[in-house]
Amino acid sequence: MGNLSSETAKRHVISILIENESGALSRVSGLFSARGYNIESLTVAPTEDGSLSRLTLVTRGNDEIIEQIIKQLHKLIEVVKLMDLAEYAHIEREMMLVKVDVQKKGACESVKRLADIFRARIIDVSDKTYTLEATGHREKVSALLNALSELPVIEVVRSGSMGIARGSSSLRL
Amino acid sequence: MELTGAEIFVECLEAEGVDTLFGYPGGAVLFLYDALYQATDRINHILVRHEQGAVHAAEGYAKATNKPGVVLVTSGPGATNAVTGIADAYMDSVPLVVFTGQVPRAMIGNDAFQEVDIVGITRPCVKHNFLVTDIDDLAVTIKKAFYLARSGRPGPVLVDIPKDITQIRTEFSYPETVSIRSYNPTVKGNKRQIRRAIDLILAAEKPMLYTGGGVVLGDAAEELTQLTRDLGFPITNTLMGLGGYPATDEQFVGMLGMHGTYEANTAMHESDLVIAIGARFDDRVTGNIDKFCPHAKFIHVDIDPSSISKNVHVDVPIVGDVKWVLKALLEELRSRDGVTGATTRAQIAPWWQQINEWRKMDCLKYDQDDDTIRAQYVVDKFWEITGGDAYVCSDVGQHQMWAAQYYKFDKPLRWINSGGLGTMGFGLPAAMGVQIAHPEATVGCITGDGSIQMCIQELATCTQYQLPIKVINLNNGYLGMVRQWQEFFYQKRYAMSYMDALPDFVKLAESYGHIGMRIEKPGDVEGALKEAMALQNRLVFMDFITKQEGNVYPMIPAGAGQNEMILV
Ligand SMILES: Cc1cc2nc3c(=O)[nH]c(=O)nc-3n(C[C@H](O)[C@H](O)[C@H](O)COP(=O)(O)OP(=O)(O)OC[C@H]3O[C@@H](n4cnc5c(N)ncnc54)[C@H](O)[C@@H]3O)c2cc1C
Ligand SMILES: Cc1ncc(C[n+]2csc(CCOP(=O)(O)OP(=O)(O)O)c2C)c(N)n1
Repeated sequence: MGNLSSETAKRHVISILIENESGALSRVSGLFSARGYNIESLTVAPTEDGSLSRLTLVTRGNDEIIEQIIKQLHKLIEVVKLMDLAEYAHIEREMMLVKVDVQKKGACESVKRLADIFRARIIDVSDKTYTLEATGHREKVSALLNALSELPVIEVVRSGSMGIARGSSSLRL
Repeated sequence: MELTGAEIFVECLEAEGVDTLFGYPGGAVLFLYDALYQATDRINHILVRHEQGAVHAAEGYAKATNKPGVVLVTSGPGATNAVTGIADAYMDSVPLVVFTGQVPRAMIGNDAFQEVDIVGITRPCVKHNFLVTDIDDLAVTIKKAFYLARSGRPGPVLVDIPKDITQIRTEFSYPETVSIRSYNPTVKGNKRQIRRAIDLILAAEKPMLYTGGGVVLGDAAEELTQLTRDLGFPITNTLMGLGGYPATDEQFVGMLGMHGTYEANTAMHESDLVIAIGARFDDRVTGNIDKFCPHAKFIHVDIDPSSISKNVHVDVPIVGDVKWVLKALLEELRSRDGVTGATTRAQIAPWWQQINEWRKMDCLKYDQDDDTIRAQYVVDKFWEITGGDAYVCSDVGQHQMWAAQYYKFDKPLRWINSGGLGTMGFGLPAAMGVQIAHPEATVGCITGDGSIQMCIQELATCTQYQLPIKVINLNNGYLGMVRQWQEFFYQKRYAMSYMDALPDFVKLAESYGHIGMRIEKPGDVEGALKEAMALQNRLVFMDFITKQEGNVYPMIPAGAGQNEMILV
C-alpha cells in the first residue's frame, strides 16, 4: 500500500540550534506557514555561543507530518542541529506573567492562596492589581490561569514552552 | 590587491568558471555593469528583453549543461520580474545563481526608489538566499552561492548586493573552498539499505524502474542504463526524467503519469516492486494517491531526505547521490552468486509478456488525414528529421505533452521543459540559453500560440545574438490544455480559452529579422521542417496551423487512479 495512513496528531517539542543571522527565524516560521504545519508556540533567544540561537518550537502532527517537519527543518541551510524532544525523556517549562484585578473583597487573599498552591510569586502589587509569575509545565501554568479566572484577569503573558532532555542527552554542537 | 565590489563580482564569476551571464541593467547594478563592460573579453553577457527571460535562459543553459546558470538583474522591478523564473528553477531543482542589485545599505528599509525586499519575497522559492551587508563577505558569499546551487539537490540561490558595496574597495582574495557547517548533503547511500534493495529486486515478480529528473541532474544516465540492462527490468521515466534512459530501447515503456502511456501506468498499477530513482512521486504521476500502486513495495533513491516518504510510504529509503547509489547497486547485484542478466530476466518473463500485451493497445497512435495537421505528426517528423538528436525546449500545455510523448529522447540533457511550476513563456528563452551553451547544436522550441506570446519579446534577443533556434508553433487557436479540461470536465464551456486576435506570426518573426513560415497542409510539414533545418544560421519561426480541438491522450483525470485512463 502506497499511501500514508493518517493517525492521530501528537504534540512535539522540537529544539533547534540555528545560525544567529537576520532572516533565519523567518525561514523557520515561513516554512510552517507555507507548508501548512501548525505552530503552537515558538520561543527564541541567543545562546552562550554568539553565532547560534536556540529555538523551541511546539507543533502537532501524526508521525508522517512530524517526519516531514524535521526533514524540512534540516533542509534549511541555517538550521545547524535539532532534537525532537518527544523521542527523549524530557522536561518542559513555560513561564507566565498574569495581572489580576484584586479590588473585589477577598481577592487579595485568594490570589495569595493560589500563588502558594502553584508556587507562583507575586512580583508586583498596586492598589488595584496583583501580578504573578509562575513557572512550570504548560499544564500546571494553565491550571493556575484557570483557577485565577474567577477573578477579573487583566492581562496574561505566556512565554511558550521550553524544553530540555533529561540525563546526559543534550542538544549542542 | 584592493578591488571594488563590482570588480570582485567579476573576479568571482571568473573563478567559478562562469563564461555566460544573462541579465538586464538598471540603477542599482550600474557599477556591476561597468565592471562587466571592462571584462567583455572574459565574460559573455547576454542582454535579454525581460528579466523573466534572463532566468529562463539561464535555466535552459543549466538544464542543457548541468552547470549553474547565472543571472544579473537590477533592484525593485528587475528583481520581481525574475521571481517567476526563480520559482520555476526551484520546482525543477535547477542550479542557478541569481544576482540582484539592492539600494545602498543606508537606504534599505526606507521605501527607497526601486527598493523591494527580494530576499523576503524569494525566501520560499530559493534553495537559499543572501543579502550581502559587508564588502568583506562578498567573495565568500558568492563562493557559497555557487556551492549551494550545484551541490546536493541543486536549486536557485539568490545574492542581493546593495549598490554601495559594489562601489567601495577592499582587499580581494577568493576562497579556495568553502564549508557550511549546517549543510552536508549525503552522497553515499547506506550499505545495508543497498543490500536490502537488491534482496527485494531479486525477489520481485513485477518490478518497475520509475526514474526522474534526479538521474539527469545527477549525471547518472549511463549508470542507470547499465543497471537497467543488467536487470532486464521495464523502465518508465517521469516528464523530467526523459532521456535518462534511451527512449527507443525495448525496455522503455514510455512516460508515466497523467499523460503517460497505457503500458507504463498499468504496469505501475500492477507492480509488486517500484524502484524509484531521483523521482519525487509528484501528483501528476501518482494521480489519486490512495489508488497508487496498491500492490507494490517501494525502494526510493533520492539525495533529498525530504523527498522520501513525503507522498508514499517507502520500504527501503536510500538517501544519496544517484550516481553513487546506482554504482553501488550494480556492484551489489554483481556480487550475488548465480545472479546474471539471464536469471533476472527469467525471473520476470511472465511480467514482460503481460506488459507486451498492454503495449498492443498502441495508446499513442493517431491518424493524420490529408486536411488538418496533427500536432503529434509535426513532433514525429521533427524527431525523424533531426535523427532524435536535437535539444528540444518546450513551453507549457498540450504541445509540451506531445513533445514529451513523440520526441524519443535517447540522451539526457536534451529535453528542456518546465515541469514543476509549468511556466508558460519558458520555452523560447530556455532555447536561447541552450543555443548559447551549444552553438552548433540543433535547438528546437516546441510551443503553442498562447505560451509563445508570454516571452515573445525574446525574439529580439535571438536577433541580437544570432541564435538559429527552430521555433515550432503548434497553433491550435486555443489555450489547448485549458480547453481540453473544459471539454472533458466543464461540458465544453470554453471560458477564456480561445486565443482571439492572434498576431500574424510570420510577419511578427520577420519584423524581428527572422524567417517566418505558415504551414497549413499536412503534406507541407516535412518540407517545411527540412527547409528550416537547411537554414542553419537563421531562426525560423514555423507557424503550424493544427487541428483546433485535438486532445492529449491517454489522460488520467484528476483524482483518478493510474488504471482509470481515458484512452481516446
Ligand atoms: C501540463 C503538465 C503536465 C504534466 N504531466 C506529467 C505527466 O504526465 N507525467 C509526469 O511524470 N510529469 C508530468 N508533469 C510534470 C510534473 O508536474 C513534475 O514536474 C514531474 O513529474 C516531476 O518529475 P520528477 O519526479 O522526476 O522530479 P524532479 O522535479 O525532476 O525532481 C528530481 C528529484 O530527484 C532528486 N535529485 C536531484 N539530484 C539528485 C541526485 N544527484 N541524486 C539523487 N537524487 C537527486 C531531487 O531531490 C528530487 O526529488 C506535468 C507538468 C505539466 C506542466
Ligand atoms: C504563466 C501561466 N499561466 C497560466 C497557465 C495555465 N495554463 C496551462 S496550459 C495553458 C494553455 C497553454 O496554451 P498554448 O500555449 O496555446 O498551448 P496548447 O495547450 O494549446 O498546446 C494554460 C493557460 C500556465 N501554465 N502558466
